[in-house]
Amino acid sequence: MKTLTHLERLEAESIHIIREVVAEAEKPVMLYSVGKDSAVMLHLARKAFYPSPPPFPLLHVDTTWKFKAMYELRDKMARESGMELLVYQNPEAAEKGINPFDHGALHTDMWKTEGLKQALDKFGFDAAFGGARRDEEKSRAKERIFSFRTSSHGWDPKNQRPELWNLYNARKARGESIRVFPISNWTELDIWQYIHLNDIPIVPLYFADKRPTVERDGMLLMVDDERFPLQPGEVPVERSIRFRTLGCYPLTGAVESEAKTLPEVIQETLLTTTSERQGRAIDKDAGGAGMEVKKQQGYF
Amino acid sequence: MSDVETKEAVYVTDQLIADDIDAYLVQHEHKTMLRFITCGSVDDGKSTLIGRLLYDSKMIFEDQLDALQSDSKKVGTQGQEIDFALLVDGLAAEREQGITIDVAYRFFNTEKRKFIVADCPGHEQYTRNMVTGASTADLAVILIDARKGVLVQTRRHSYLCHLIGIKNIVLAVNKMDLVDYSQDVFDRIVEEYGAFAREIGIESFTALPISGFKGDNITTLSDKTPWYKATQYAGITLVEHLETVEVLSSVDADKPFRLPVQWVNRPNLDFRGFSGLIATGSVRAGDKIRVLPSGKTSTITRVVTYDGDLEEAVAGQSVTVCFADEIDCSRGSVISIADNPPQTADQFEATFVWMADEAMVPGRAYWLKVGTQMVSATVQEPKYEVNVNTMEKLAAKTLELNAIGVAELTTDKQIVFEAYADNRTLGGFILIDKMTNATVAAGMIHFSLRRSQNVHWQAVDIDRKQHAGLKNQRPAVLWFTGLSGSGKSTIANLVEKKLHRMNRHTFLLDGDNVRHGLNKDLGFTEADRIENIRRVGEVSKLMTDAGLIVITAFISPFQADREMVRSMLPEGEFFEVFIDTPLKVAEARDVKGLYKKARSGELKNFTGIDSPYEAPRNPEIRIDTTVISPEEAANLIVDTLLGDA
Repeated sequence: MKTLTHLERLEAESIHIIREVVAEAEKPVMLYSVGKDSAVMLHLARKAFYPSPPPFPLLHVDTTWKFKAMYELRDKMARESGMELLVYQNPEAAEKGINPFDHGALHTDMWKTEGLKQALDKFGFDAAFGGARRDEEKSRAKERIFSFRTSSHGWDPKNQRPELWNLYNARKARGESIRVFPISNWTELDIWQYIHLNDIPIVPLYFADKRPTVERDGMLLMVDDERFPLQPGEVPVERSIRFRTLGCYPLTGAVESEAKTLPEVIQETLLTTTSERQGRAIDKDAGGAGMEVKKQQGYF
Repeated sequence: MSDVETKEAVYVTDQLIADDIDAYLVQHEHKTMLRFITCGSVDDGKSTLIGRLLYDSKMIFEDQLDALQSDSKKVGTQGQEIDFALLVDGLAAEREQGITIDVAYRFFNTEKRKFIVADCPGHEQYTRNMVTGASTADLAVILIDARKGVLVQTRRHSYLCHLIGIKNIVLAVNKMDLVDYSQDVFDRIVEEYGAFAREIGIESFTALPISGFKGDNITTLSDKTPWYKATQYAGITLVEHLETVEVLSSVDADKPFRLPVQWVNRPNLDFRGFSGLIATGSVRAGDKIRVLPSGKTSTITRVVTYDGDLEEAVAGQSVTVCFADEIDCSRGSVISIADNPPQTADQFEATFVWMADEAMVPGRAYWLKVGTQMVSATVQEPKYEVNVNTMEKLAAKTLELNAIGVAELTTDKQIVFEAYADNRTLGGFILIDKMTNATVAAGMIHFSLRRSQNVHWQAVDIDRKQHAGLKNQRPAVLWFTGLSGSGKSTIANLVEKKLHRMNRHTFLLDGDNVRHGLNKDLGFTEADRIENIRRVGEVSKLMTDAGLIVITAFISPFQADREMVRSMLPEGEFFEVFIDTPLKVAEARDVKGLYKKARSGELKNFTGIDSPYEAPRNPEIRIDTTVISPEEAANLIVDTLLGDA
């Protein structure tokens, strides 16, 4: 008898999870951040319901500071999948002109954490798919696949529902919601390999190319548009760079690289000696427990 | 990295990555997956072992290692050495207290396999986490500190792994470096464990002498334990063993075909598919199938996936299948091979693992989820509880958090099931509290009880529709709920009088009256109160079958019990009437003098005083007696009932 490969098992598990949510939630939505994990999650959703399109919309909680290439791919993928795309920008953050250069942690807090809560409340979604993986970060490793949130979106790590076999409890009171992580058990390597095998479109920034950059606080930042305030004497330098993870462009560090194809990217990933979230400022806030605290406040 | 003991034991990442990435990717693509759990306490070096596996398979990156090194010096327990445990304890509370609270999942690869490790805490109070981690595992690594030998917790962990059905048990005798790699120590522990394992029914296990801290026999054979090769375990390393044991999904593939339906896929009139994860067996176009519980048969025409139709799909795959015939099939149905279907039943014996702070309430209705079926279920008083340290069977009235016991279970509908030992998907279930929606228990079905197979419904020629038709009315239950002295009986009486005048056929079931007869054997404990309501519910149901409008007046303080009655009746026939009188007002009235007695302690378990009242969340009718008179209330209720009809 055929033994399934690890990717076949992961794929089947993720599809099973996505279908359970659709069967049991009243109004699900898929959070789409346009990164490689989102790309895989979206692809799995399309597989889960084929030949129907996935019976829920995509939601992009936009900070207005994503890379241009991300916006392009986002719109293309929504068209191609036949799914409705909802874009939400926190009006308060827009009004106050919150940006990553002047406001530091407040930027993530207002645009992402608050923006997400507002969007979920506005549309009344009771279940939201997210592309987080357990191998990304220590507190994620202990989060359930169905992560239950109070009506104020809080997460209580000490009061999680036990998750046995592949039985998921999606029941909740009105006003409460769940975040569901269908790719919890995938690793970074699995994601890359799956993209490779399934030819899933991803943002070109994941591949090395000559791009204008400046170096700040040990991070290589890409000057993606004219909003990037250059410091006196700072001149963007063309470097061959790529990104291991994508967020707001002023907060996302690039790595110098020559990897122009997926196998080359994977090779570099495997031979590298730093973890992928290292390029993201968010984990460093609030000491070692940064992500845990953020999640308790309602961050994905 | 210089202060880490790396030796030759470091797992060499495949040279292929650097030399030929395409070849490496092909190799990685074909890896299989093994899920396992590690059981033991902090002291057994469990987290250290996992840290070691991650480290040796290059799953720890430099930035993580840097953080680890600084954390090790701050809060580590290994002096200046790296404390791998800190890598695994992810929550702030865990790092501060030096304990593992929750199941954590870790990942690593070798050349042959991908591994998912569920790291489970060893403390007794976290039995529920261990069972959770074990439920998806193909294999369990039981860690023993070589200096301490088989401990109470070793027995507990082994029992739990066995209970949840893990067939591959690895006994990892750890910290061999601290007993001078002594064969005597190892042999003694293996012998003692073997005797215990046989006693509880573990058929076989594999024992290894290791040191997670030093890396002995983890990825390479240690020269410190030359004698290990001559043992019956033939001197293989832990990683080698993990790479070669058989995984669960390939065992499941050899069983009869079962597909619990998750979702019906109907994009247009030409396509009707049934989606789900294959629990056991395999399926191909042309197979004769049977849909349970209806028992209808058909033939598979297609096995559909996004990547094209499959010739064959096996256990563990998520697919969509199409039938040759338009037969009834929906979420909760189970598609089975036609000539060997699973059974259906509504009464079972099962093992329960209680997982909530609130203890089991025998007689209370919970939601039960098994596969994709969700039904209402009640649990009887346990037959016994198992002491997880001694495996003794103890008498028990209930199950508290982390208790394990055996009890009978009744579902409100027939469910498709198999014994847990044969099929985890159709035999493993969770119980969900109807009020809080928390997952309160996990259960494993042993067998169905004979009586449910032998008691059949007698088909009658005059059914409930005809009974009601003759009376020219729609049957209903007006279920009054509210505090003692809220005015339930008064208003219920008025309602019945009004309906009677309108030539409606009614019957009023009053709390006090029922307790003089039908329920005179019941007291006022929580379990008795639930049984009281259940019986009234059943009587009400019979009366609606006879076509009557039933009016009941019981305090019925628990939402779950009212929901239980609601679920007995057809949709739209249950009207929850909330007589909303604040405690202060009811107590001031105190018509029967009961509040006074309760306050003085003369009367125990009195609702509102020392027993809770759970107000209905969405009652069909709410009467605020501080604003309207009983007469007005009765009019409102009658209008709602008949207006709705």
